Order: sequence, then structure tokens, then C-alpha cells
Amino acid sequence: MKAQVTVTLKSGILDPQGKAIEGALKSLGVEGVEGVRQGKIFDLEIADGDRAEVEAKLKEAAEKLLANTVIENYHVKVIG
Amino acid sequence: MNAAVIIFPGINRERDMARTLKLVSGREPAMVWHANTALPARTDIVVLPGGFSYGDYLRCGAIAAREPIMAAVRAFAAKGGLVLGVCNGFQILCEAGLLPGVLMRNARLKFICRDVYLRVERSDTPFTRGYNAGQVICVPTAHGEGNYVADADTVARLEGDGRVVLRYTSPDGTLAPDWNFNGATNAIAGIVNQRGNVLGMMPHPENHVEAALGSTDGRGLFTGLEEHLSQAA
Repeated sequence: MKAQVTVTLKSGILDPQGKAIEGALKSLGVEGVEGVRQGKIFDLEIADGDRAEVEAKLKEAAEKLLANTVIENYHVKVIG
Repeated sequence: MNAAVIIFPGINRERDMARTLKLVSGREPAMVWHANTALPARTDIVVLPGGFSYGDYLRCGAIAAREPIMAAVRAFAAKGGLVLGVCNGFQILCEAGLLPGVLMRNARLKFICRDVYLRVERSDTPFTRGYNAGQVICVPTAHGEGNYVADADTVARLEGDGRVVLRYTSPDGTLAPDWNFNGATNAIAGIVNQRGNVLGMMPHPENHVEAALGSTDGRGLFTGLEEHLSQAA
């Protein structure tokens, strides 16, 4: 089954890359952008199983490797 | 000094480090492959050198930090063994949880490769005993992710315990935003763990150890370690 883990920076953590992207959007004339935070999306292919088990596995993957919880939050989603 | 230099795929400063360790201690360090599960017997310092382990994929140092050899390094540190991480090595130590915080993208987004000035805050650690507290040294730096970040409680604890041992300053030791070139919190360039036996630092002291290369300011770190270990032996 397919699943997705999204990793984003915690609020309050300075994101220089997001700031640079925000500046680039302004210079391209994309109006009204008031903030950009850059994150990561992981698309995973997981062996079929019980939804709760798969979610637990995804959380384990996020905690152990995909996110650095000092600075990042993560969100897991089983797509099916 | 019986040093073990850990080799991860993608690092590139291991030879500079090995050369310096040999120069100062007279002994060839052991070069230890990342897939090993044990350190050589009688290792008395583990060194994680600089470079780009795993191409900086995911986050700098993230994958190396979870390699088999790191369990041995963690156990070695837990017993009080000395661990030095330079540049990518510092990033790996943070990712491994051996040091708090994380090294983020430089505030001005540029990879910065030049000599920088560091104020040595304490001389009573095994890593800094070759210097005087307050002494300013000039060593090269080369990184894109050296901007030290930790939550406010962690930073307060580091400062309160005197665990910030190296700070980016001007040549005369003054703190100023212009000299804190990567935007690190409190101009932090190097920290030790609570016990004081693990040091992580971004700049490269191993590259300023021979007069022929213009400066020997980095040498004190290694001669201090050699002195510490020969007294302990």
C-alpha cells in the first residue's frame, strides 16, 4: 500500500531556504505571498497490512530517521 | 594517542585528520570502516572527520549517525572515551544524539570556505587544554550547514554549564554579527557534552598544524589531547 510522510520545520525555527524562496517569488512578481516554509514529502510503498500497524511503522520511520524532531514535525498518512 | 578515524562513504577530510594525528602523536591512527560494529582494542579517542557523508542526503550526517559503527562509538562515549567530531563529524554527533541541537543551513545560504577566528572559552577540557581561556585562534572552515540551532532551554543549559567551548569572534575576540558568518545561535562553533568527553566543532583545526601552511593555531587541540591521554595512561 502507498503511504506518505510529510516533514516540516517546527514554528520558530528559522528557515533561510524558505526566506530565499519567498524573496524569489516576490522578484518574479508573484504577489501576496506572506511566508514560505520549506519541507519534505516521502512517498513510501509499504507491504499490505493492518492500517494501524502501517501507521505505527510510518511513525517509527519518521522518529528514527525521516525527521529530526529537534527541529522538525512530521505527519503520516496511509493512502491505501 | 591511539586514535580511530571513522570512515563513512562521502567524507573527504579523513586523510588530513589522520596526517595531523600522526604528526602530533607519532602514531598512525586506525582507519575504521563504517560498517564495522566494533572499535579497535585500546582506542582512546574516536575521530569523526569532515566531508559529505552520504552526499548530505536527507539531512547532513543523518544517515551516517545511524550506521553500525555508531553504536560502538556511543558505547565508547558512555564509558567516558574521548570523541571528536569536526564539521560533518559535528553534524553526525548531533544527529546521533551524542550532542544536543542541530546544524542548519548557513543564515546567508552560502557555502563558506575561508579562515575564521575562534575564541576558546575554556582551557580545562581535554580538547582545549592546549590553549588559554580567552585565546583567539585562526582555523579554516568549509561548510554550508554550520548554523547551530537548539531550543532555548538547551542553549540556556549549554551556556549555564559552560559547554560552549568555541565561539566565532573577531581576531581580537569580540563577538559581532559580521564575524558570526553562519548565523549560529550565540556564535557557537563548538560544544561539549555534559560529561565533557565529546566535542563537536565546525571549523577544521587539523588543517592549521604546520607552519608551511601558514598557521599552526589548530595544533594546540591535538597536542592538548596527546598530553591529556599520556597523563591518563
